Amino acid sequence: MELDSLYQEVILDHYKHPLNKGLSAPYGAQVHHVNPSCGDEVTLNVTAEDGVIKSITWDGVGCSISQASVSIASDLLTNKSFAEADAILNEFTELMQSKGTKEGDPDVLDDAVALAGVSKFPARIKCALLGWMAFKDAAVRINTTVKGD
Amino acid sequence: MAFNVANLRKDFPIFERTIRDGKKLVYLDSGATSQKPLSVIEAESDFYKFHNAAVHRGAHQLAEEATDAYEGARLKVAKFLGAHEDEIVFTKGATESLNLIAYAMGNAMPGTRFALTSKDKIVVTEMEHHANLIPWQQLAARTGAQLSWFEVTPDGRLDLSNINSVITENTKVVALTHQSNVLGTIIPLKAIVARAHEVGAVVVLDACQSAPHMPIDVKELDVDFLVFSGHKALGPTGVGVLWSSELDDLPPFLYGGSMIETVTMTSATWAPAPRKFEAGVPNMAQAVGLGAAVDYLTNIGMSNVHEHEAVLTKYLIEKLLQVPDLKIVGPTDLASRGGTVSFTVGEIHPHDLGQYVDSQGVAVRTGHHCAWPLTRKLGVPATTRASLYLYNDESDCDALFDAILGAQKYFA
Repeated sequence: MELDSLYQEVILDHYKHPLNKGLSAPYGAQVHHVNPSCGDEVTLNVTAEDGVIKSITWDGVGCSISQASVSIASDLLTNKSFAEADAILNEFTELMQSKGTKEGDPDVLDDAVALAGVSKFPARIKCALLGWMAFKDAAVRINTTVKGD
Repeated sequence: MAFNVANLRKDFPIFERTIRDGKKLVYLDSGATSQKPLSVIEAESDFYKFHNAAVHRGAHQLAEEATDAYEGARLKVAKFLGAHEDEIVFTKGATESLNLIAYAMGNAMPGTRFALTSKDKIVVTEMEHHANLIPWQQLAARTGAQLSWFEVTPDGRLDLSNINSVITENTKVVALTHQSNVLGTIIPLKAIVARAHEVGAVVVLDACQSAPHMPIDVKELDVDFLVFSGHKALGPTGVGVLWSSELDDLPPFLYGGSMIETVTMTSATWAPAPRKFEAGVPNMAQAVGLGAAVDYLTNIGMSNVHEHEAVLTKYLIEKLLQVPDLKIVGPTDLASRGGTVSFTVGEIHPHDLGQYVDSQGVAVRTGHHCAWPLTRKLGVPATTRASLYLYNDESDCDALFDAILGAQKYFA
């Protein structure tokens, strides 16, 4: 059924056993993003060193799509440079806007390709993007702070 | 049953379509917006096809017909509420109606009846829809008035134990919902109105979730303002109602054409109510559509609508309580509650539940339902909400029940 393309096994796995959940004590930037239409929330702590993301930890409440997506993002973007993370984020955003026409490149997106089916459910795209947009915000803050130093 | 649902459903063209690959449409989201009978759709399109002209202007036959149709709708709505036609203002929706009241009060000259100062209090409740909370928050912020509220008990009722300290001598406005759009709770209005009037406050009633579902008589309710939206009452979107017996004392909110008596380069005076609140060319076709909706409801009889929903609500709640791990958020006893039922199902997030039941053709609402302070208070980030109307029957409740059991298997 169509629903199975939305709820891939990988997504439900991440939802039930999220990675990097629980906020780290020290952080370079902390952001809190909400989805005002549904109340989903995520808080993200990001640390970086020499332009490389060292850790992404998070906490949040929300549906399986939003929570699995932030779990996937936190795993995928750790140990990447900000430039690499930016490229992955762009690829993921494009996939979400593809209305089901793209499958996503597993070499770039890894587990995040499992979210491809979300693009066929317009109301759920913002769920999948919540954690990624929070990361984007955190990255900007970290880099502004560093430059400010 | 007071009327035959199967026959009635034939009046609603949308029930001829199917959902998600041929499944029967099970529409349980009338709390968000109702479906429309053909008579409403045709009344709106006939206005454009045969009578379209700007009302209250123009010296031609079409303008006359348009004005008759528009004012005819006002009369129908007035009768629907047991009110006088001069007490009915058409707005673009209930949200605008509530903003109109709050902004108009904010426009009141210092010292006049509706002017608020830092000495005054505005009272709301924790179960308000954002549309009946934020306009008052903002009015309080602009005037320095204090905002206070009735709290909600864990079983989803208003806590009136401290009514005399919530509504005090300084209270000028008490704004509250008649029936919660999340919990289905019908509030104990009588006691609140009595206390409000005792201290000289006006009562603003948000009847969005009650006026479409039960007989309303504004004189019996004894409130001072009442609003509801057309689209939740079988009518078109883009039209709402503001009723008040106090319109003469209330300054205008929107200024422009139609709402004036005389205008010079430096000043203007206002037309009598309701015209002074209807600046610009109004949503004519939508108001006429709402007139047709009111005709449809009146023809069935609001007591019959209410009785049908009461029987069905009992059936739905009993059915839902059979689902393992399902918790109803709101009253489960049927006294003073309407056909809106919010619930959570174990650890399944409402969005995921909503998505699954949608795959079975069942339309429900999920989230905080534009009442975030309420869901926060009740300790649930979101709920799933089924809301009933006159076109629903037991089979719709059964379909929801089956779909929830299916979701439990799917997400197990």
